[in-house]
Amino acid sequence: MSTRLATPGRLIDRNKPLNFTFNGKNMRGYAGDTLASALLANDQMLVGRSFKYHRPRGIVASGAEEPNALVNLGRDGRFEPNQRVTTTELFEGLEAQSQNHWPSLEFDVGAINKHLSRFLPAGFYYKMFMYPRAFWKHVYEPVIRHSAGLGKAPKSRDEDSYEHFYAFCDVLVVGGGVAGLQAALTAGRTGARVILFEQTDHWGGRAPVDGGMVDGAPVDNYVDETLAALKLMDNVQIRLRTMGAGVYDHGYVLGYERLSDHAPDQAGPRHRLWRVRAAQVITATGAIERPLSFAGNDIPGVMLASALRDYVVNYGVSVGDRTVVVTNNDNAYLTAITLKKAGLDVPVILDARVLPEDRGLVAQARALGIRVLMGHAVSSVMGGKRVTGVKICSQAGEGSVLEEIPCDAIAMSGGWSPVVHLWSHCGGKLRWDSATACFAPDVDNPPKGADGMGFVTPAGAAAGVFALDDVLHDAHAAAEGAATCLDFKLPRDVTSPTAERREESPMAPVWMMPQGASAKLREKSWLDYQNDVKVSDVRLAAQEGFVSVEHAKRYTTLGMATDQGKLSNINGLATLAGALDKDIPSVGTTTFRPPYHPISLASIAGEAKGHIFQPIRRTPMHDWHAANGAEFEPVGQWRRPYAYKRGLESTHDAVMREVTNTREKLGLLDASTLGKLIVKGPDAGRFLDMMYTNMMSTLKIGKCRYGLMCSENGFLIDDGVVARIDEDTWLCHTTTGGAETIHAHMEEWLQTEWWDWNVYVANVTEQYAQVAVVGPNARKALEKLGGMDVSKEALGFMEWVDGTLGGFKVRVYRISFSGELSYEIAVDAGYGQAFWDALLAVGTELGAMPYGTECLHILRAEKGFIMIGDETDGTVIPQDLGLGWAISKKKTDYLGKRAQERSHMTDPDRWKLVGLETVDKSTLPDGAYAVGEGTNANGQRNMIGRVTSTYHSPTLGRGIAMGLVLNGPERMGEILSFPGTDGKDYEAKIVNPVFYDLEGEKQNV
Amino acid sequence: MLNIHCPNCGVTAEETEFHAHGEAHLKRFGPGSTDDQFESYLFMRKNPKGVHFERWRHQNGCGKWFHVARCTMTLEVFGSYSAQTYTPPQEIIEKIQHRRPDWSAEAEAS
Amino acid sequence: MSEPVTALKGASDTSGIAVVTELGPTGMITLRGDLSAKPVIKAAVTASGVTMPEKNHCATEGTGGLAWMSPDELLILCAYEEVHQRLADMQSRLAKIHALAVNVSDARALFQVNGPKAREVLAKLAPVDLAPDHFTPGMFRRSRIAQVPAAFWMPDAQSVRIICFRSVAQYVFDVLNVAAQDGSEVGYFNA
Repeated sequence: MSTRLATPGRLIDRNKPLNFTFNGKNMRGYAGDTLASALLANDQMLVGRSFKYHRPRGIVASGAEEPNALVNLGRDGRFEPNQRVTTTELFEGLEAQSQNHWPSLEFDVGAINKHLSRFLPAGFYYKMFMYPRAFWKHVYEPVIRHSAGLGKAPKSRDEDSYEHFYAFCDVLVVGGGVAGLQAALTAGRTGARVILFEQTDHWGGRAPVDGGMVDGAPVDNYVDETLAALKLMDNVQIRLRTMGAGVYDHGYVLGYERLSDHAPDQAGPRHRLWRVRAAQVITATGAIERPLSFAGNDIPGVMLASALRDYVVNYGVSVGDRTVVVTNNDNAYLTAITLKKAGLDVPVILDARVLPEDRGLVAQARALGIRVLMGHAVSSVMGGKRVTGVKICSQAGEGSVLEEIPCDAIAMSGGWSPVVHLWSHCGGKLRWDSATACFAPDVDNPPKGADGMGFVTPAGAAAGVFALDDVLHDAHAAAEGAATCLDFKLPRDVTSPTAERREESPMAPVWMMPQGASAKLREKSWLDYQNDVKVSDVRLAAQEGFVSVEHAKRYTTLGMATDQGKLSNINGLATLAGALDKDIPSVGTTTFRPPYHPISLASIAGEAKGHIFQPIRRTPMHDWHAANGAEFEPVGQWRRPYAYKRGLESTHDAVMREVTNTREKLGLLDASTLGKLIVKGPDAGRFLDMMYTNMMSTLKIGKCRYGLMCSENGFLIDDGVVARIDEDTWLCHTTTGGAETIHAHMEEWLQTEWWDWNVYVANVTEQYAQVAVVGPNARKALEKLGGMDVSKEALGFMEWVDGTLGGFKVRVYRISFSGELSYEIAVDAGYGQAFWDALLAVGTELGAMPYGTECLHILRAEKGFIMIGDETDGTVIPQDLGLGWAISKKKTDYLGKRAQERSHMTDPDRWKLVGLETVDKSTLPDGAYAVGEGTNANGQRNMIGRVTSTYHSPTLGRGIAMGLVLNGPERMGEILSFPGTDGKDYEAKIVNPVFYDLEGEKQNV
Repeated sequence: MLNIHCPNCGVTAEETEFHAHGEAHLKRFGPGSTDDQFESYLFMRKNPKGVHFERWRHQNGCGKWFHVARCTMTLEVFGSYSAQTYTPPQEIIEKIQHRRPDWSAEAEAS
Repeated sequence: MSEPVTALKGASDTSGIAVVTELGPTGMITLRGDLSAKPVIKAAVTASGVTMPEKNHCATEGTGGLAWMSPDELLILCAYEEVHQRLADMQSRLAKIHALAVNVSDARALFQVNGPKAREVLAKLAPVDLAPDHFTPGMFRRSRIAQVPAAFWMPDAQSVRIICFRSVAQYVFDVLNVAAQDGSEVGYFNA
């Protein structure tokens, strides 16, 4: 059984016990424990089930590489699935549940799959679920969906907050082991701005566990001293619990800081995403031990040798009483020695190598009385939910059992793989190092930055350098190199520390154990624990023709689980290489993509959630609208009142009331969102003549003109009223959505095409609150406010004037988008609400009511006025809309003119704008298409038109619509059929789009 | 994420301050141009794997347009320069040739 | 005529690691012109009451200020009550040359973030190097705050002033307050 030892743990505080639960069971651990070490201390070896076969799964590793031990953590607003127990720090009250089992962890129905494993080989899903076709939707998919996925999806809204932080530095060091500490120290001593990230809650990485002497003192001292020195340096920032998640173009690096995962009651954000821009990056990300591929290597109790060592040294936890060590290298002997010294039994070390002599750790192990069998291997592991023993064999053979040894834990080591992920994310190439049988960074082909030069340097184990002394020297050199690239200089007297060297025998690559393992053994030799990919699956893939590692990966799902194959990839591709009879480097690796380890989606969103998910733009009168029944609709980022509901009336009724009231009495519209651009300069007239299809240079001071803007493609992009302010100044109104884009459009042409034209543009949209005062009583309302003459004679239709109204400094435009007598009044935004209040006060006895955007739409549709975005969709030219009158015939050029001469644009068969009147007075469905005679090549009915705007007009008591119809203007009176999605056919007559006050008498009073 | 230098205000900032606007140095063809000229101006764009001249705007900054010479494959940036020019300046051409000896401005123009 | 109001009527939040306050109405004039032309400089300096700033800098003194916005744009700060008069004066000074001066006082919102952690709060929202030796009082930067354009400067080592569009004042106030929430110190800048 696994248990807590009496020996101290480096990282735990026995004076601070913590209570937690696993599957509802109360357990105890200590401050400093990970959930993994605490579970093991409570003899909870079984922590989950695998994805495909629901095999029992135990903890394998002690860090981010853990493939098995994923749990659901927390509850309600803090529930999170797929959390690794090895990277979860224990805290008081932690609640964890195991995943992927039903009905319980101990007894799981899905485990039946393991008996079917012969029928669930690689590519099973692709092969099985193809036929019969109909089965997919009704049988396969529902069953797969039910059993798919590891954790549960959270049901509650995340109650925590998250943030970003932008940081800039010269040298970013990722990894706080000895290599990272040394690199940060060396870089710091050059005076460079340095940031050091460490993903765990402690510094030093593996070195303090594995031991060693640096400059004559234990490596622990070196870690403490280096850390103390770094803390004193103003130019160095060090962060624990912060993982370098990804390296991107031009030195952009994401850091993932977990602020309160270990202390949920702490105030402040839970995670912080560091958005770092580093001139140079040093990846001191260490290495990950590889499992060995032998039969039963997935049975709980089989662990990485280094992890067993970590649990003993760091947490005072033994995984088993009797541990068999199986290895192809010297390093795993450290585990045997550590266990032995902790008073635990190590019945045997199985070393696949045959060494000429015992040196270093091998000799030490033998000296401690540990039995060492050279050239030996695991034939198979005994046990179900827990290791009970091991059958041993010769590595050279096919697995004939030589001996059975009872044990309750197996420590395996297949060598070490440098963590090259961050090096590779942005294009760093790898080289195969045959001496250590691993892919290591090819430092001659680094990721390249904006200047085309390398910006990442690996250091220490991440560079494929493993001996402590080499690690320190390598890290020192990497940091000095990176700083030197940036013209920082290391003081001459600063040199690398030196560590004592251990005598070591070379490792021997072992990709299958035993070397000639039979098919039966291979079927039980796991490569990917989480996704259940075995040696036999990869060999099958190769046999079926998957020669590319990227294809074989997807076919077998090797390395595609949430651990992204940190343990399985190298073994998997070595197996593939073996099956293909190729060497490993020629098979290559799959692509490493960020993040290195899963990060929370919420950290990526940062502050952008809830009410600040995206910016919402508010007019100066927004709060009044909200307090007076407004239902808002989004118009770009703006929120505009759609209608103001009174009492219990429906939204539709409110809109009808607003239309009628405006037509009969007085309506007030908050038009502040309309874009307002000032265009000024000696060439402004000429410029606007290019921007608009009409002639703007001839507009008289004091007058307004409705203008159309097209893109170079000829399509209508915006419209609005332009006012001539003085000799060289115009004010251009744009649509609500167009203010920023049209401003940018104007600047673009001025800066990139006509840069010698003297024109300045300023966007003054938000300087003004603008109110449309609309209806027969509009003039009376303004006269009651008093201060200026707004009579027909003083201020005619399509004129503007500055003045004062009710004491407010205003600019009044006599323009109409409703067909009514109408004034649009601009006032400085700071006075917008006060002006609105004043209008309402004088308007009460004149029947004033505010109206929203839907009323605005109906008013304009009754008059046949087009709306950008309704009648236009980026493929419509002004000529389609009967707006030829607004296109100057005199001008030799304007944006879109040449395009409008193209044959397709002058085609008489382009659909053209008409009014549509339903025969039965109902309202046409929005977007409905009119169908004509015959069918197209696909057998669909031919389309001859579509509805662009459709409303119920309370003024006319019927449905009215506008639409684009083939030869529409020549087909007045014809009745078209519009099939609705409700199955009904709607019949509508083609009519003039101006439904109301054709002569324009109402606005001209 | 790219780091871009704006030659107008002198700020170097991350891509989120900027907006890319496609190929640079297009010659406008208006009324009077042939269909072929107009088609080429409006629709035909280079899409090289390698050196590319682009228009950018410092949208969340000084608001000005400028040009960038960039490698679309390695994302190496050769330099930023004024938007008020019809061809890349000699200094930029030289930088590109220094980094990409096989590249020539003449071949680019054809 | 009533008193002008700002977008948030001077809202303030003191609950976090820095104090976030919307400042009262401020006169602002956008001036576009040839910034090397003497009449332009003179008009700007006279209207603002401060000296001409360098590129990417601003000069402020009391209610007056002058900020470099782009190679052909300045922002003039003055008392809100004086903006119409100052604008009229500027326009008459600039009548004979090609320049554009417009009142944008009401189109903007102005915030102050105050306290030793002011830099950190800003660094959570703006992709700008705000290290004390890289962004110093007197510098003026146009960038973004979360998802909206903004400009900011530091009147002193512990306060940041931020100008944004009026319509997004509530958004900017809210994101600043989330960035300044209690317990969110980063401890990054050695100010």
